[in-house]
Amino acid sequence: MIAKEIVIQNTAGLQSKSAAIFIQKASKYKSSIWITKNERKANAKSLLGVLSLGIGKGAAINLSVEGDDEAEAAAELEEYLLSDMGEIK
Amino acid sequence: MFTVKLSELIKEFRLEKLRMDESDNDIVITTSDVNRPGLQLSGYMEYFGTDRIQIIGKVETTYLTSLSPQDRYKRLDEYFRTGFPCLVLARNIEPFEEMISVSEKYGVPLLRTDDITSRFMSGLIRYLNVMLAPRISEHGVLVEVYGEGILMLGESGVGKSETALELVKRGHRLIADDIVEIRRVSDSTLLAAAPENIRHFIEIRGIGIVDVKNLYGMGAVKIQENINLVIKLELWDNKKTYDRLGLDDQFTDILGISVPSLVIPVRPGRNLAIIVEVAAMNNRQKKMGYNAAKVISERFMKYD
Repeated sequence: MIAKEIVIQNTAGLQSKSAAIFIQKASKYKSSIWITKNERKANAKSLLGVLSLGIGKGAAINLSVEGDDEAEAAAELEEYLLSDMGEIK
Repeated sequence: MFTVKLSELIKEFRLEKLRMDESDNDIVITTSDVNRPGLQLSGYMEYFGTDRIQIIGKVETTYLTSLSPQDRYKRLDEYFRTGFPCLVLARNIEPFEEMISVSEKYGVPLLRTDDITSRFMSGLIRYLNVMLAPRISEHGVLVEVYGEGILMLGESGVGKSETALELVKRGHRLIADDIVEIRRVSDSTLLAAAPENIRHFIEIRGIGIVDVKNLYGMGAVKIQENINLVIKLELWDNKKTYDRLGLDDQFTDILGISVPSLVIPVRPGRNLAIIVEVAAMNNRQKKMGYNAAKVISERFMKYD
């Protein structure tokens, strides 16, 4: 299992569109992927789950990935979460 | 460890603030035990749980009235010095002057309700049990079918949300999709609800997010429900054997409570909603004392 602490950098946080892209990326992998924020855990492949966490700017989240393709999954998702997530500057 | 802030409690029970500071709103309550301080007011302070909310009703008030003002002050001073979270006067009882002054002296809030003492007390315990209950969140769907709370679990994409939609269409109710927040409110009861910000929304692949309450109306949703049955949906595995008789009861442990559970294999074209309906009815029937699997096996035992 891979676990990563990530602090969201962009200004809008993980909101509807960026969350939709995020779960699409997560859904490509076989591994089970979870996001935890303040003791609340959501399946990273479920849009409502990710949205319900209310991940805003500067939010500290924990990404945990477990499965055969965990290394690639964790790397791609971490990179996306740390990027500006399609935000126009 | 979960807590309730005093401000939430005041709002929930519409308590009147007789004396409290602004900062007292942040006082946290950590236990659902409450105390009526008969013994403490008579001077016996051993084994006094000072983390409990204190409730004073007619008996305590009558007892305090019988004391001289000096004794009353002394007893109340000893009692308030222990620093419990707050004191609530029931039945709109007028506070003693001594009570207000020791409340101020030790910074312990003094509140009041117009409700009858024991009724307020039972309401308070029930509320605290729910608010302070151990909890977890599960990835699944919670529906109420024929009065049974059914938690459907399974991998993403196995068809939980679609089944929930079909069940709603058939007149049952949706409580939560995707994330189910479960609380253990007593040693036998699990109470579950959706996180407030996604309540009654459902995600259907290919359509997107759907608001079930708006589309199907109030009759199609519910805020919270007990969990009576767990149904695990999984893709049909030819190597695995599935229960054919239903004689052995299976259980899933949630927060230390064993909930009856079933594993239902999913195959394209299998009408899951109708299977969940049957499972709900069968579970009710078992609770009411009739077990179809047992009846048929007993019938065949006779021929031995």
